[in-house]
Amino acid sequence: MSAIAIDKPPQASPPAAAPGLHALYQQSGIAEVLGQLDRELIGLAPVKGRIREVAAYLIVDKARRAQGLTSGPPSLHMCFTGNPGTGKTTVAQRMADILHRLGYIRKNHLVSVTRDDLVGQYIGHTAPKTRDVLKRAMGGVLFIDEAYYLYRPENERDYGQEAIEILLQVMENQRDDLVVILAGYQARMDVFFQSNPGMASRVAHHIGFPDYTAEELLQIARLMLTRMDYRLDDEALSAMRDYIEHRLRRPHFANARSIRNALDRARLRQAQRLFQNAMQAPDRRDEPELDALMRISAADIRASRLFQPDNRPDKDPAQIVVAPQVAPRAPTSNR
Amino acid sequence: MRVTQGTFSFLPELSDQEIHAQCEYAIRRGWALAVEYTDDPHPRNSYWEMWGLPMFDLKDGAGALLEINDCRKTFPSHYIKVNAFDATQGFETVRMSFIVNRPPEEPGFMLRRQEGAGRTIRYTTHAYATNKPAGERY
Repeated sequence: MSAIAIDKPPQASPPAAAPGLHALYQQSGIAEVLGQLDRELIGLAPVKGRIREVAAYLIVDKARRAQGLTSGPPSLHMCFTGNPGTGKTTVAQRMADILHRLGYIRKNHLVSVTRDDLVGQYIGHTAPKTRDVLKRAMGGVLFIDEAYYLYRPENERDYGQEAIEILLQVMENQRDDLVVILAGYQARMDVFFQSNPGMASRVAHHIGFPDYTAEELLQIARLMLTRMDYRLDDEALSAMRDYIEHRLRRPHFANARSIRNALDRARLRQAQRLFQNAMQAPDRRDEPELDALMRISAADIRASRLFQPDNRPDKDPAQIVVAPQVAPRAPTSNR
Repeated sequence: MRVTQGTFSFLPELSDQEIHAQCEYAIRRGWALAVEYTDDPHPRNSYWEMWGLPMFDLKDGAGALLEINDCRKTFPSHYIKVNAFDATQGFETVRMSFIVNRPPEEPGFMLRRQEGAGRTIRYTTHAYATNKPAGERY
């Protein structure tokens, strides 16, 4: 660091006690943010790597400012691409919190929009609508889910183009005030960027969300259940492992979203099992034990259609729910 | 003659940074910001034209500044003010209002005397700028 200071003209002489990088790191509380990220998000190495880079940059930037070197925030507009259920929306929702705690954005808030919120229905309707969304998002993060819908090449009079132009203008001129995150499936986003080179060049960070491995999916299942105050017993754990093995090979596999749906169904079966047990022994007045209420047993999971011998891929009703085109908008717990 | 009305009107013009800070203050207090403009500087002209709707769901001053700069671009030599409206019961009124843009030349006001019955005199102020029709004043 002192070598840098020597290169500078004398008027920018460093203050006597400029804090070192390590001291800045400890002051900033970034370690806590990164630790939390590692605990709560399973897998997703590229995402965590990029967040680490940003954190390191912001610390170095602070140190540079302390030494009187020029400093300015880099553009942090991002694009998240990946298959369904890989955690794009979840990470985006967490990004506002992370960037706020790193001191990059001023307000800890995220405005999540889709095409409907940006594009109007008639001439002259789009610009005010887009500007209104941008205004609300100022100081925080604007998250555009399924951003490729903004551009509809089949209709040359589509108003989406107008929304894109306004977005580009603000993304360029007000980099300090706003971080824009685009999200979508890889193939469609590629087409989107090819037809909008302006957008491609203004989004500096393209982060791919890899598919989860079977082991990661199992960890995710356990984390989800812990959050909901459930637990798998040992047999259920190996049943879950089998379930994931089977499910991975099926079409329309939507990573963590499929796991969440499977767990939701297992919870229904568990409730049904407890209820029927209670009905069969009506003279037992005692409340079900805490452990029974929390435990999901192997039977709850093995009852899935996936394990039934006659099941054909195109017959499983679960597929309809998790097909990417009609997947319900992911709530916060989507991981 | 420099028109002074609203908050900070005896201070030098606010910089964008200061406007941003004031907007932040209003947002922090839960007030809704609104941008208004006019080319009639009369002090009793309290209902200015609205530049868009009041911004009830703003989180950061940068959003208000976006609107202010848009309004400045459209009306570079009009008076533009920012109002901060407090919706809490009991107030339900504008709590802060300050001018963020003004014409380069402000011709000022004429004092008119009207001689009434007897030797009474009624006084009225008249802005020189309003001699011209609206839209051509500055």
